Amino acid sequence: MTISIRSVEKKFGRYPALNHVDLEIADGELVALLGPSGSGKTTLLRTIAGLEFPDAGQVLFEGQDVTFASAAARRVGFVFQQYALFKHMTVARNIAFGLDVRKGKDKPPKAEIARRVDELLKLVELDGLGKRYPSQLSGGQRQRVALSRALAVQPSVLLLDEPFGALDATVRKSLRKELRRVHDATGVTTIFVTHDQEEALGLADRVAILNAGRIEQIGTPDEVHDNPATPFVCGFVGEANRFEGTVSGGRFTSGAVSFDANGVKDGAAVGFVRPHDLAPDDGGFEVRVDRVHVQGALASVSASTADGRHVEITASRAEAARFTGTIKLAARKSHVYPA
Amino acid sequence: MTAPTRAHARRPTDDPLWAKALVIGLVLAFLGLVLILPLAAVFAEALRKGLGPAVAAISTPDAWAAIKLTLITAAIAVPFNALFGLCAAWAIAKHDFPGKPLLITLIDLPFSVSPVVAGLIYVLVFGLQGWFGERLIDHDIKIIFAIPGIVLATIFVTFPFIARELIPLMQEQGVSEEEAAVSMGASGLYTFWRVTAPNVRWGLLYGVLLCNARAMGEFGAVSVVSGHIRGLTNTMPLHVEILYNEYDFVSAFAVAALLCLLAIVTLVLKSVLEIAQPDVKRGGGH
Repeated sequence: MTISIRSVEKKFGRYPALNHVDLEIADGELVALLGPSGSGKTTLLRTIAGLEFPDAGQVLFEGQDVTFASAAARRVGFVFQQYALFKHMTVARNIAFGLDVRKGKDKPPKAEIARRVDELLKLVELDGLGKRYPSQLSGGQRQRVALSRALAVQPSVLLLDEPFGALDATVRKSLRKELRRVHDATGVTTIFVTHDQEEALGLADRVAILNAGRIEQIGTPDEVHDNPATPFVCGFVGEANRFEGTVSGGRFTSGAVSFDANGVKDGAAVGFVRPHDLAPDDGGFEVRVDRVHVQGALASVSASTADGRHVEITASRAEAARFTGTIKLAARKSHVYPA
Repeated sequence: MTAPTRAHARRPTDDPLWAKALVIGLVLAFLGLVLILPLAAVFAEALRKGLGPAVAAISTPDAWAAIKLTLITAAIAVPFNALFGLCAAWAIAKHDFPGKPLLITLIDLPFSVSPVVAGLIYVLVFGLQGWFGERLIDHDIKIIFAIPGIVLATIFVTFPFIARELIPLMQEQGVSEEEAAVSMGASGLYTFWRVTAPNVRWGLLYGVLLCNARAMGEFGAVSVVSGHIRGLTNTMPLHVEILYNEYDFVSAFAVAALLCLLAIVTLVLKSVLEIAQPDVKRGGGH
């Protein structure tokens, strides 16, 4: 199912939640909507689902206008952040709900529904738990039930709103793999919302980064990390040292800090360097090492320039020994944007 | 968390023992004086001449008529308010519409208006000199000084109980379960019966019990619209008043004791519910 979002706008009161958003999603893609809270990512997801109607713009499924079609008519599967399982129904009844509500010849026979429920429970590795109630399950299990309930109606698109937000780190990790596996097994076009960049970059085929109701950039995880289109994306995705300064003759300067800014026009600018793109270099700028913190194979170094600018560097553990006293640093790679 | 190992284990946030004793003592003394003592007095007075006269007092035709009328009134008012309360709570908690704050205020109106005023409203509207008075007489419909007036007044007074119980409950539960149901193709009505209603059933029952207790005990508003016709338009509270005014204390207290018993049964039911369903107040199904 291809999905096209065409200059969609949505306001809540006077606050614009979505501001001319355009987005094209290919069939079978796994796309993450990534952004800080209030960036409009959940509103965009709910607009795609048909749980929210836009003030302007169009939502197309497979080229068909579904802007004002109901969620049911769009055949979306929606997974809510807080699971939204029906508390008074067993797991099996929860999963069967979307089939149970059907009427007449659309409604599969009982045996068929039971078979489908078993199949889905197996898919999310919850076989044998069909008779339990949601309250008897752990958070991770509940979210798996929510996922299989959404899949039961064989949705044309699977939408997940911060699906792992309420879970602890270990469960998150395993559910992430689970979602990827389920996506690959079913091939259903999937869109999920998250504020966790690690989750977005680690799971999605493409990531759309939202800020203040706009899409700042959409691309593969590598693209948005290595070639951020805007200062916001650069600061939001991955770690980055941020400096405010000026560009002159292709060189960015911010006090003592200075690095390459090829192709950026002269004037005020903001420059970013990722911690792992900084390395000791005799031709670089001078910093004083404040602290070296070793975490497993990596060492993170805090340093500061003479004029008080703070710099974070990531190095391999073997290199950590070089970071003592006053050293000189140079940026292997940097991102500079006119301010 | 582990259970306290010592019987007198104190929590760091506890107040000193004497302060707790003082406060608890005060509350108990106050409750005893204004609640338990009068309640005991009702039963003591009723049984002063033994069980026989008390039973006789509630077996008179007038007393029976009052009991029946009270039960009929509650049997009409409570289901009506349950239906209204469900609708109002559903509309307020799950939807946004213009005028919502006004509706919430209106639901609270019966709590803030004196019951006498509540009764007078109906006299003014449906009474002989009221707005619809003449038209009602033309069609031979009696509302004031008849059962419909008593039911109306009772509905008015007990109107907020169920809605007030359900609104916070439904608001707390949010709309994501409903959204999930609708996104899977459930209709509005199906969603209401299969998702919304089961989630609030305990809260609803709790509200019904409270509403019922109040409906059976209502005096002020009913007194205005009833007309105090013995055997016809007297509810139990009104019957108690008449007997009392006639210095028939044993009968008055016997009927009052019966009324108290009905209320106590209701409250016991409520408590049993709370014990059986520790999260009744939160209304969850588990």
